[in-house]
Amino acid sequence: MATKKLTKGNAALCYGAIAAGCKAFFGYPITPQNEVPEYMSELMPANGGVFIQAESEVSAINMVYGAACAGKRAMTSSSSPGVSLKQEGISYIAACELPCVIVNVQRGGPGLGNTLPGQADYFQATKGGGHGDYKLLVLAPWSVQECYEFMPLAFDLADKYRNPAMILMDAIIGQMLEPLDMHDNFDIVEYPKPWATNGARGRAHNIINSLWIDPEVLEGLNQRIQAKYAAAQMHEVRFKEYQTEDAELVMVAYGCPARICRSVVDMARDEGMKVGLLRPITLFPFPTLQIADLAKDGKRFLVVEMNCGQMVEDVRLAVNGASEVEFYGRSGGAVPTPTEILNEVRARFGKPPVVSHYSSRKETAN
Amino acid sequence: MQKVFERPKGLTDAEFSYCAGCLHSTTHRLIAEVMDELDIIHQTVGVCPVGCAVFMYEYMSCDIIEASHGRAPSVATGVKRMLPDRVVWSYQGDGDLASIGTAEIVHAAGRGENISVIFINNTTYGMTGGQMAPTTLIGQKTTTCPTGRDPHVNGYPIRVCEMLATLDGPSYIERVAPTSPAGLVKTKKAIKHAFQNQIDGKGFSLVEVLSNCPTNWRMTPIESFKWIDEKMSEVFPVGVFVDR
Ligand SMILES: Cc1ncc(C[n+]2csc(CCOP(=O)(O)OP(=O)(O)O)c2C)c(N)n1
Ligand code: SF4
Repeated sequence: MATKKLTKGNAALCYGAIAAGCKAFFGYPITPQNEVPEYMSELMPANGGVFIQAESEVSAINMVYGAACAGKRAMTSSSSPGVSLKQEGISYIAACELPCVIVNVQRGGPGLGNTLPGQADYFQATKGGGHGDYKLLVLAPWSVQECYEFMPLAFDLADKYRNPAMILMDAIIGQMLEPLDMHDNFDIVEYPKPWATNGARGRAHNIINSLWIDPEVLEGLNQRIQAKYAAAQMHEVRFKEYQTEDAELVMVAYGCPARICRSVVDMARDEGMKVGLLRPITLFPFPTLQIADLAKDGKRFLVVEMNCGQMVEDVRLAVNGASEVEFYGRSGGAVPTPTEILNEVRARFGKPPVVSHYSSRKETAN
Repeated sequence: MQKVFERPKGLTDAEFSYCAGCLHSTTHRLIAEVMDELDIIHQTVGVCPVGCAVFMYEYMSCDIIEASHGRAPSVATGVKRMLPDRVVWSYQGDGDLASIGTAEIVHAAGRGENISVIFINNTTYGMTGGQMAPTTLIGQKTTTCPTGRDPHVNGYPIRVCEMLATLDGPSYIERVAPTSPAGLVKTKKAIKHAFQNQIDGKGFSLVEVLSNCPTNWRMTPIESFKWIDEKMSEVFPVGVFVDR
């Protein structure tokens, strides 16, 4: 039964996790994702699951590791500094080919940074993050509704590929309120888990391990997990295009900046500039082919991020010199305004900047 | 003819990789015997450490998980909370449990997590070549305190049982020394008690085994036993710290 409810992004994640049949949440408080453990402390036990506030992010991710070994759907949530602490565990989980979901509601960094929205963990999320050659399946919601929808999707992808999946968002997506359509028509697949260490009970004992002394055996693991990533690149790329068909300039953005860029597309179109938007939904696997196709048509690119330039590298790789790729970013928790981005667009069409009726400094001052 | 002694079913056929005379081997066997006697091999999940016992997953015949350095109590927590009717044990050295994983063990104990922990204290980091551990005795020479542990430079040995016994969470904490037939019997009894406690739902149990590292201590196994009995047990007295 569907219900409509005004919901925060962080809360929507929790409802989505319940819909996905998540049985365990292990976390540690950090702003701006505190609503996730708060909601989960109520929702998990109420839905036959387990909630533990761990003593640290390091411990929380290892509890997730244990729960995943037991064959159950488990998740954790944190924000940038906390996700850095989870990297050790995430590498082990990837090496053991275990499914789980990790949420990163990013804040401004590096270091303690601030609790304002950021996207500076893109490299960490999409290029491995911990030690060794591995990847996460990374989904980037841009709305409260997508926070809800992407949780079952993340759990499914994690189970399907036996690999950790990450929901990568920023403080705005976590904190904003939007109407959420809470339906229950998800296709939840029950993946058999014959590998789980849940008590042998008649079968041969299962071992979950990531120590492989023999280089050829360890190389075999690496080849196997790389093959999974290649398969994901074939089958799991998700993205949305807006007015790209006849665009001369395509903006590429995800999460909160993508929402702002969509408004900018409309503003630019009103002024007769042919601008479009490509929004990657899966940051890994990245929509490389789709971007390459647009570049073949001679379209130029403007990548907008809330960092100093990270995803722009993936766009450049996709374009591979076929056309121009430029970057506009704000960092440290600053959010670009529509006017700011519009002026970037205008400059590329040879037009002078318009004066903003509000500056980004004013917007973030309080 | 009656068979009076055999390989416990809790052990696989794999050969141990431990040095001759190392008590890791003995303790493994005792855990296996206890699993046999309680008839729980098929409902048990073990969590192994990083250290000399890193290959333990090859030796025990129950379901088993390899944890990262120090995190076994958290991994065991994840398993136990998902599968409360299974028996979950973890096995950790002193580098693993008393150094890198101090937070994890203190908080698993504080939560009264219903798991059984076997803690092997050999006062050194065996696997990485005999460096100083938090349990290294004052004056004891290791590769990273070559002139002997100096408390002003390296701090003092950490007594894990005594420290955890200050918490309300644990149901059973005992330190044992399997250096004699009587000590061996006591050690097995303690491990069995820790497992039974879990089966009875009593919560966190920890058995600290005063162990040896003849290789890095540069002693014969016999000398190492003597050293445990004379030097180590002075700083780490055997006995029951909590049983409730
Ligand atoms: C994160 C991390 N740091 C360091 C190591 C290296 N390391 C492997 S075993 C070990 C020490 C183990 O000592 P202990 O727990 O006392 O076990 P023992 O070998 O003495 O049985 C260390 C430091 C590691 N594997 N992982
Ligand atoms: S190095 Fe020490 S602890 Fe490790 S197996 Fe050898 S004797 Fe045992």
